[in-house]
Amino acid sequence: LGLALYLGSLHVVSGAAFLYHDYCIIGAGPSGLQAAYFLHQAGRDYVVFERSHAPGSFFALYPRHRKLISINKRYTGKSNSEFNLRHDWNSLLSHDRRLLFRRYSCDFFPDADAMVHYLEDFASLLKLRVQYNTAIVHVTLERDRQAWNGHYFLLTDQDRQNYKCSSLLVATGMWVPNVVNFPGSEYVEGYETVSINPEDFAGQTVLILGRGNSAFETAENILGVTNFIHMVSRSRVRLSWATHYVGDLRAINNGLLDTYQLKSLDGLLEGDLEDLAIVKDKKGKLHITLRFYLENRNTSAGIDSITLPQDELDNFATRAPYDRVIRCLGWKFDFSIYNRSLRMMPGKGNKKKYPQIKPSYESRGTRGLFVLGTASHSVDFRKSAGGFIHGFRYTTRAVHRLLENRHHGVPWPSTVYPITQLTNSIIKRVNEASGLYQMFSVLADIILLRENATAFEYLEEYPVGVLAELEMQTGRKAPNGLFVVIMEYGRNFSGADKDVFYYNRAVGEAQHAWQSNFLHPVIYYYKRLPTEHEMKLRPPDWPLPRPDAIHHIVEDFLTDWTAPNAHILPLRRFLENCLSTDLRNFFAESCFLFAFTRQKLPPFCQQGYMRMQGLVGSDGLRRHAVEAGLLEDYTLTDFLGNRPPDTHEGSQDHLLRDHAMPVRPLQHLVTAKDE
Amino acid sequence: MSAQKDRWVFSFSFLLFCASSIPTRGSARLLQELSPQEYFSSLQAGRASLAYFSHDVSPGAQPFSEQIENSAEALRDYGISVVKVNCPKEDVSRYCGKENALRKAYLFRGNTLIREFPTDALFDVNSIVANVLFALLFNEVKYVETLADLRNVENALKGRSNMVFAYVPATGTAEHRAVMEAAFVYGTVHQFVLTTEAMLLKDTGNDESDVSSARLLFCHCQRATDMAQPCRRTAMGQTLTTLNIHRHLKLMGAPLVTEVAEDPEKVSTVHLQLGLPLVFILSQKETYEADRRTAEFVAWQLLGKAGVALLSRDLVDSNILLRSNVALKTPDEGVPIKYLILEDTDEVITLVEDKNKVEQIQEDEEENEEDEDEKENNNQDIQDDQVVEAVSRDKKRELPLEQILVLTEETFHSALLETARTVVLFYASWEAVSLAVLWSYTEVADHLKGKVPQGILLSRVNCWDWPGVCTKENVTQFPTIKIYEKGERSVMYNGMWGTEELISFIMLSRVSCPLTLATIDEAEGYLRGEFPSELSSYHHTSLLGVFSTATSEAREAFEEAGNILSGHVTMGMYFEDDALALSRKYAVSPPALLLARSGGRSVEGIALSKQSAQDMVRMIRYELLDVFPEITVQNLPRYLQLRKPFLILFSDGDISQMESKEMLKLAKGEPQQAFVACWLNLKKTPVGRGVLKAYFATMPSLPVLIWVNLHAGGQVFKFPSEQSITEMNILSWLEKLKAGVEIPSSTLSEEDWKPPLPAYDFLQMMETAVPELPLHTSHRRRDTSERRPPENPGGDTAVREEPSQETEAEQVGSSGRDLRGTAPRLAAREKQGKRHSEL
Repeated sequence: LGLALYLGSLHVVSGAAFLYHDYCIIGAGPSGLQAAYFLHQAGRDYVVFERSHAPGSFFALYPRHRKLISINKRYTGKSNSEFNLRHDWNSLLSHDRRLLFRRYSCDFFPDADAMVHYLEDFASLLKLRVQYNTAIVHVTLERDRQAWNGHYFLLTDQDRQNYKCSSLLVATGMWVPNVVNFPGSEYVEGYETVSINPEDFAGQTVLILGRGNSAFETAENILGVTNFIHMVSRSRVRLSWATHYVGDLRAINNGLLDTYQLKSLDGLLEGDLEDLAIVKDKKGKLHITLRFYLENRNTSAGIDSITLPQDELDNFATRAPYDRVIRCLGWKFDFSIYNRSLRMMPGKGNKKKYPQIKPSYESRGTRGLFVLGTASHSVDFRKSAGGFIHGFRYTTRAVHRLLENRHHGVPWPSTVYPITQLTNSIIKRVNEASGLYQMFSVLADIILLRENATAFEYLEEYPVGVLAELEMQTGRKAPNGLFVVIMEYGRNFSGADKDVFYYNRAVGEAQHAWQSNFLHPVIYYYKRLPTEHEMKLRPPDWPLPRPDAIHHIVEDFLTDWTAPNAHILPLRRFLENCLSTDLRNFFAESCFLFAFTRQKLPPFCQQGYMRMQGLVGSDGLRRHAVEAGLLEDYTLTDFLGNRPPDTHEGSQDHLLRDHAMPVRPLQHLVTAKDE
Repeated sequence: MSAQKDRWVFSFSFLLFCASSIPTRGSARLLQELSPQEYFSSLQAGRASLAYFSHDVSPGAQPFSEQIENSAEALRDYGISVVKVNCPKEDVSRYCGKENALRKAYLFRGNTLIREFPTDALFDVNSIVANVLFALLFNEVKYVETLADLRNVENALKGRSNMVFAYVPATGTAEHRAVMEAAFVYGTVHQFVLTTEAMLLKDTGNDESDVSSARLLFCHCQRATDMAQPCRRTAMGQTLTTLNIHRHLKLMGAPLVTEVAEDPEKVSTVHLQLGLPLVFILSQKETYEADRRTAEFVAWQLLGKAGVALLSRDLVDSNILLRSNVALKTPDEGVPIKYLILEDTDEVITLVEDKNKVEQIQEDEEENEEDEDEKENNNQDIQDDQVVEAVSRDKKRELPLEQILVLTEETFHSALLETARTVVLFYASWEAVSLAVLWSYTEVADHLKGKVPQGILLSRVNCWDWPGVCTKENVTQFPTIKIYEKGERSVMYNGMWGTEELISFIMLSRVSCPLTLATIDEAEGYLRGEFPSELSSYHHTSLLGVFSTATSEAREAFEEAGNILSGHVTMGMYFEDDALALSRKYAVSPPALLLARSGGRSVEGIALSKQSAQDMVRMIRYELLDVFPEITVQNLPRYLQLRKPFLILFSDGDISQMESKEMLKLAKGEPQQAFVACWLNLKKTPVGRGVLKAYFATMPSLPVLIWVNLHAGGQVFKFPSEQSITEMNILSWLEKLKAGVEIPSSTLSEEDWKPPLPAYDFLQMMETAVPELPLHTSHRRRDTSERRPPENPGGDTAVREEPSQETEAEQVGSSGRDLRGTAPRLAAREKQGKRHSEL
């Protein structure tokens, strides 16, 4: 900090007109504000640049029809605030309980204005340092060996004001409309500007380019007044409930699918937009044709000379002319403000709208530049929730923790527990942790084992993509093996053309847990930290390389993994076998017996009873244990029969008998269940 | 069983005899001897007779005639008379005249000759009867040689009548005779087909390559509709005897599924009469159709082995019926009907086919565990954690929690401010250990009910509901108990999780630690245990620090130690001007510590040197240990921390004064305190018996003195029981131990605490899984479909491949593979929790 102050003053003195901050954040949207919150809490020197006069300027315009499709579940039947965040997709993370989104909207799918209002409050109540009306128009680097990353970031705003930062957090989101150029694309209206008044579409025939939520949202709005709507895009429609990806078409927007499948004139088509061409006839109607025909035609001739597909194929699907064509092709990242030296490269394939970043969210081209929020979605595009508030609020926190370790020597927060708490810590997290749940397969809890497995260190929500760099990134050591706790869907379950409602889709038995289809916790065990090479060679669809052992906690209908026999017991056995120890709990009386009859004690006795914290237990409970055959009652035994002293461990007879459940005739349920 | 069979054989033979309506009469000679004239004139139309002709003197034909004579009785049962025609010497007629005619036997019906048999076809009774009947039943028994012939016969019969197809390796055998005898009785009911061609047998799908034994198949052609398919066949399992064939045909004739509506005890069917078991499929109105199909399916599988009855539960009022889906009635008298819950038709079939399994299945039902899975799992899904199991067995009980205030994130801070002292239990409602402590906590609340001193509030926070509070209060483990004082400082409880210990902690925490005493009287009262009055009812050892005004450094350390020991120890301090008077009285010089045991009857003085708070805590803890303590579950760890060998006297009840005196002498006399001398009351600490059981094969006579080296080597020595427990004896024994001349009674196990059972090896399962394998079908189902017998009726293969048989099977009206339609099916499935589709 001293250095920073020194540098800061230096710039003022030298009159270079640079305003210095350790951290510069571009964009005061949800991720920018989220990052600002963590930096603020940590007492860091930061500033947020926002081109608009208020935070969340994207939400002030979009979505055009104002309905957010992130759910605002106000009731879950639970008071656990961490758990409830699993079903609150709009709130940002903060310590302030006023800043929960359910206080801002009663709607399950809230109005975008509520989000704008929320973000305003978030910035002001938490006193985040946001510099409004500052549009960063250019970013470049200044080499300096003294700097954190070997260079400073030089930012220039619309008024030619310069800023200098050690670390740059890009939270600009994705706001540049995706435009496809083809002959006649000048007749296309954009989603950004198209009228949202259904009256304007009365009696019109509309073609919508695109098949995402914005396209369907636009269609939904005018469905009732148009003659018909056709939608065209390259890929087939992907329904989010079939893919488990929130970015795919959400059920709330898919009214058009209904009318298409019921043959109510609306329809869907597949085709490459690059091949498309639109021609306008004299009446102003728009005809669909192919670029191919236009290229071959005689340039001098008029509209009538253009070949239309129906001339050759008289049942061509889109032979009917359209009144309007609307482009709803989504957004891309604004690459234009970065100097070439920053090497901000677009991703490959379907990720080309995103800048290339590492799984640590750091740019591939520039050290010290981190991409946050929607623009960072390339890490888990079409998989998890990293492109959405309910996902990137956690990845932003992860980035902040990486930065704290890298620049301020603050290691990744962790708690050390005795090994007896191992099962409990995992059960607690998988039942309430929202980051693990929302950012499934991306963020994972890491359990670092201490020597001799007597204790462990628990790290929350670490990006698994950089597991190999764990020691360097967190400042924690992992010499004795580790567990990775992560949540996963079944590997072959979801997908655009999979039937996600087939019979027996759910696994109920712990021993078949690895076949679980719905989101469920998975624990990987590594005897040593995987290397970068192993990370690269991991099987496709696997978030992690092959572990030394793996455990799946069987999927649960209620996502409540606290059942003693189905969830906790198999987990304990897994942990025991990885650590080669006995993790059972014992009443003080058992520990007493072990203390006198064995030279070694199980961890629970060692860490509890021997430290004067034995579990005495009430008489009633001990009686239950005796009935279960797991504890011997010495007050009753006669000593003629010399049973071996540890029979109480082995005898399961009582246990078995009491497990028997009465069988009831439930025939009516069979039929109801099978429909 | 064999007696049963005999009885049955007897009754059956009797029936047969009556049916054949030819009574046998004693040992009357059945062979008629007639002259040719008498014979030919006696022939009646329609009656068959077998005759052979002989001259009186023809010794060569003797064995042949003997066999014919022997068969007379058997043939008579079929209305065939056997006649020996004595040819007069001069007779040269057709039958008597030629020499070779005399080597033959002739079968007549009326006076028509049907067949003449060479004597080599009539080598014994069986061949005679078989060949004679074969000749007579020419129409009833078709002989086929080629497959085409067989097909033609079969096709001609389809939809009309059933066929009995028999293969015999050769004609004239006992099996051939049995078939012919059966054909004689059933020939008009079923079409009999006979072959000696082994090739035809193979074609019937009978893969048994043994062609040396005869086989009989019942072909159900009457209900066959498909001309392209062969008729469904039921092979007879037993050897071909008349009796067995008759029994088999009788079973084939019985209805496939008998519908009954009465108490199974009263039901009797042909199966039971024939000594076969009867399986009841228990149905009810709602599932009748499916159950009927199931029953039919099972019946086909069991045809010839057992009968199947469909019993409607609705019509019979019986509790037992509601709890099972299958019943088995055996023909044995006095054996009760077995009621079972089976899941799969395969289980029903094995039940019958392997009767020994009945008992086992029943046992399994009682244990309600799938034996297959159990073997597979090696019990790893059975809870072996005593605390978790005890708590889950108790989950239905509602804890009396009304004395304990529930705190939430909202009420937590305000509640702390309202009361002088708030005890808070932080727990997680899913965590067994913290629930066990919650149990004890309710006992604490119950104990303190009414006498809860003013200003103490018992409360709890469920960290599963309010993780924020728990994190903020730095609660990282469950359970945690903290006592908050007016919301200012808090003390974390770090003692045993027992009711008594908690009560004592709560009570002691009420007095500040250390307590500053204002006057010499207070200090004296404190040492006597009378002051402060809150603690007077608690027996405790009082510690009093006496400080002069100059010794503030020691006082600060003492105060700090008091904070650490708060709740566990009562500490007071006195530092008024007259502190010297107090110290003089107890012959110490300040800073000093006065230790008053058992109500101040003995006060020890200990000088305090320059000690840190931690040293002082250690010293105080050590000083509080008894010289010759009674070891209990609760206090053992304190003595174990000394890490010394134990000299422990196990006693059934209190120890005698003498023993106590001697042991105390020993303990005090040991200058280096190289061991812990203690005793254990087995009445108070019964688990001590478990210790003794581990040490000795047989329970030693009590009291018994034991030396156990807990921390080094783990050897256990027993003080000789013939010696009396005196200081001298023990010391000399200890000398011997030291010298290594005594042999240890046992040595404590050095074994590590390994995982009690293996875990599921998902990694291996994932690796061995075939990628194409439909992951959603359970292993069990796949197994059963693979185990299907190959002779299963065709046409339901489609059902087999259906991934979700449940309703599809029902809708397409297949033969119902499982017992899904029957009531306890779901219950059984729920029990196992295999798959469900609610998600």
